Amino acid sequence: MAISEVTVRDAELLAIEEINAAGGVLGKKLEPVVEDGASDWPTFAEKATKLIAQDKVATVFGGWTSASRKAMLPVFEKRKALLWYPVQYEGLESSPYIFYTGATTNQQIVPGLDYLKEQGKKKLFLVGSDYVFPRTANKIIKAYAAANGMEVLGEEYTPLGHTEYSTLVNKVVEAKPDAVFNTLNGDSNVAFFKQLKSAGIGADKMPVMSVSVAEEEVKGIGIDNVAGHLVAWNYYQTTETPENEKFVAAFKAKYGADKVTSDPMEAGYNAVHLWAEAVKKAGSTDVEAVKKAAGGVSLDRPEGKVTIDGENQHVYKTARIGVIQPDGQIKEVWNSGEPIKPDPYLKTYAWAGGLV
Amino acid sequence: MTALPVSRRVLSGRWQGPAAFTAVAVLALVVAPLLLEPFRLGLLAKYLCYAIVALGIGLAWGQGGMLTLGQGVFFGLGGYAMGMYLKLNDAGGDLPDFMVWSGVEKLPALWKPFGNPVFALAMVVVLPVAVALLLGVLVFRQRVRGAYFAILTQALAAALVILLVGQQGLTGGTNGLTNFFDFFGRDVAADETQRGLYLLVAVVLGALYLGARQLVRSRFGRLLLAVRDGEDRVRFLGYDPATVKTLTFAVSAGMAGIAGALFVPVVGIISPALLGVVPSLELVVAVAVGGRFALAGAVLGAVVMGYARTYFSEELPDAWLYLQGALFVLVMTLAPKGIAGLAAAVVRRREARA
Amino acid sequence: MEGMVNQLPIGLSIGAVLLLIALGLTFTFGQMGVINMAHGEFIMAGAYTAYLLQGVGFLVALPVAFVVAGVMGLILERTLIRRFYGRPLDTLLLTWGVSLILQQLARDLFGAPNVQVASPEWLRGGLGILPYNRLFIMGLAAASVVGIWAYMNRTGQGRRMRAVMQNRRLAATSGIDTGRVDQRTFFIGSGLAGVAGVALTLIGPVGPTLGTYYIVDAFLVVVAGGLGQLRGAVLAAIGLGLLNSYAEFWSDASLAKVAVLVAIIGFLQIRPQGLFFVRSRALT
Repeated sequence: MAISEVTVRDAELLAIEEINAAGGVLGKKLEPVVEDGASDWPTFAEKATKLIAQDKVATVFGGWTSASRKAMLPVFEKRKALLWYPVQYEGLESSPYIFYTGATTNQQIVPGLDYLKEQGKKKLFLVGSDYVFPRTANKIIKAYAAANGMEVLGEEYTPLGHTEYSTLVNKVVEAKPDAVFNTLNGDSNVAFFKQLKSAGIGADKMPVMSVSVAEEEVKGIGIDNVAGHLVAWNYYQTTETPENEKFVAAFKAKYGADKVTSDPMEAGYNAVHLWAEAVKKAGSTDVEAVKKAAGGVSLDRPEGKVTIDGENQHVYKTARIGVIQPDGQIKEVWNSGEPIKPDPYLKTYAWAGGLV
Repeated sequence: MTALPVSRRVLSGRWQGPAAFTAVAVLALVVAPLLLEPFRLGLLAKYLCYAIVALGIGLAWGQGGMLTLGQGVFFGLGGYAMGMYLKLNDAGGDLPDFMVWSGVEKLPALWKPFGNPVFALAMVVVLPVAVALLLGVLVFRQRVRGAYFAILTQALAAALVILLVGQQGLTGGTNGLTNFFDFFGRDVAADETQRGLYLLVAVVLGALYLGARQLVRSRFGRLLLAVRDGEDRVRFLGYDPATVKTLTFAVSAGMAGIAGALFVPVVGIISPALLGVVPSLELVVAVAVGGRFALAGAVLGAVVMGYARTYFSEELPDAWLYLQGALFVLVMTLAPKGIAGLAAAVVRRREARA
Repeated sequence: MEGMVNQLPIGLSIGAVLLLIALGLTFTFGQMGVINMAHGEFIMAGAYTAYLLQGVGFLVALPVAFVVAGVMGLILERTLIRRFYGRPLDTLLLTWGVSLILQQLARDLFGAPNVQVASPEWLRGGLGILPYNRLFIMGLAAASVVGIWAYMNRTGQGRRMRAVMQNRRLAATSGIDTGRVDQRTFFIGSGLAGVAGVALTLIGPVGPTLGTYYIVDAFLVVVAGGLGQLRGAVLAAIGLGLLNSYAEFWSDASLAKVAVLVAIIGFLQIRPQGLFFVRSRALT
């Protein structure tokens, strides 16, 4: 299992343990079956099929990249089984057999843009890895910018796993934007931030707003290289709720004091609890019954109150903008005040009319 | 020990090959569909698709000495040709789903002809063969060979992946093409369709195997061996090694294309991740494990490695990379002719003792 | 316009990175006909050496990484590759197996996430468009080239190495212990990968998959430059660096990568043996 999937799995196993310790669901203990998608989309589909067809599991928690979800989607729809997907993603999807517990675009990207606008950042440069999420995100950003008097000075994509950013940094420097909106994925972030920093561009001059850099990635990038830059998520390890205090303590107790928690982990952790709650309400693990019961299920989670929207099977989430601190933690500098209703197709945003 | 002579008579001499082939065919066409549950049968169908690619690698590398590290390119061309047809067929005149969320408004011209099943099926073979012929003409005429050829094909695989990923509106990007419903009038996910597809893959593999075997035994096949073992000598004798190699390479590419096309309905996805540098290398390694000098070894290797991968990733996911690595090292050091080579050695020793 | 001028030094610095990762390969691939897919993992070993030696000092890491990766290469040569001379294509698969094992080993030893390697203080800042760490990499590449050139042309060991490379059998009959020369070649070639690894911590991620990001590029440099040709590797690396830099500047990173690959395939049509090659009358 590749880097970040592992910690999401760990968080989900923790949730299962907690539920079992509290007596399980409908009088039964939950038993996890773990399969490894090996960061390879077709393998995700194969393993999903195995879990449904052979292990006959009640539900599946998992998936990482958008591509892994798209590869699994037909498996779940055709076999009428349930997937809980824990990662922020590009929206424009609402499968009847998937629950999305990570943010959709109006709970992460749009608030990120609201914040930049509030800070008077009018000229943006878009940098992303070459795949679905960044391309869709940037389309949304461009539409937002056009409607809000902001200007997009450049839009650049690099292949996944790309590590040579000197040309791109040169392009950014030459364009002189007020801020960079970064949708790079994985290891590319390390190379990008290292090379940006050594070109003498700090957060004070040109902040970078990232949507795929969480607590876990900060260390690998080098705290020096990202400290002061911005991130947009729904949860940080530092988020101040009683539930988060418990979550962080339990996670460290189980996996080690040096471990950090992050947004996708929390979303995976939530997914298990939300499913359990829906099962209790339905009185059964039957997929259709759970789906019907899930709408309106509401829990206090580490990120605050989350509620399942029965219509699109996404979750109401509070958006939070954070600044990366010199100790590698992320400090919240802004939040949306209340959970935002998920709108995967951005139907309620006038400026997004031409997008879908 | 009294039963042995009979079986030995059956298994030796000129009946050995056909007998083994028939036994495997019965096993694959009758026993497997009866014994395996649908999920496992689907996996076997997938391995057999890889086995078709492996057969082509066995031909190009084992018989022709051309180490091709870019077989995924041809697999992908075949797979995308099939995938494009299935997507258009499902869309029924509308735009395929991924184009909608990629912001494409009109069906690209490149896609239009793939709505026609005859055209798409032809392209499954024509595209890979054409690319292989072009590459072969360019490369073999210049007498690029050995490691150069290997690295060039690897570069080609890397380039294709970047291109496919970059042209999201046209190709589905990293996601590739997925979520198919209809396969020539049948529900592609239904168990009966999948069983039929499995049988189709098995039959195609058998037919291609017999064809490849015939090719190897022909005059052309002997010439190919001669090119492998001494290209310059063949040239001095008045033959053109470049033509022999180019044609063989094209045949192996065509096989990979067919495999890709069958893979799409069986597995339900074609994506750049399936045809890059690593999957291409993995197939070559499977051929090496099975035994590159025997066509049957190549096929066997692909099935064994496919099965091993699934087994270990289910049972011992963390050990898989170690095991895979160790297996290559052991096979290459101790048994460079692979499983087929070992089996042949056992048979020889037994015959020598008898 | 200013951007375009800036791309020149950027292209040179990309070329320097390519040269550093490919130098070791010109030795092992070019001179010995061994396709070492584990070369990328030797680079990784160098990077992790820098990670482990963070308190001690960046410059100390360079020679240590050279020895660490060199010894790894030596072990590989002694235990496995020795049996494979004359079977270059088989070494490719063999060493790929080794590279998988080393990747998983790194994952088990250091964890799957990237580790943090901070750049030394004295490499902060820059000169014009080029940061000091890029200049350092260019200097390191240049120093490595000069060092290798001097070794090959000014020392007895280097001369023997060239003799073995040009004609192994003749060298052996002239009394050269080819086995020893092979060991040395592999030690130096792998050691250079380790040095490259230390340098790459300045600009890229340090994790178990580090080697996979660079291996294909490194091979392409060697192929384009001509096997075993130091000046070929230098010219090829700089040429590809500049091509990459300008192609990306005028289009984007994906197209630039494709352009480089296509350029190499096209180039080999004109010079199928690379930029420079050793003439030989041998029948192969």
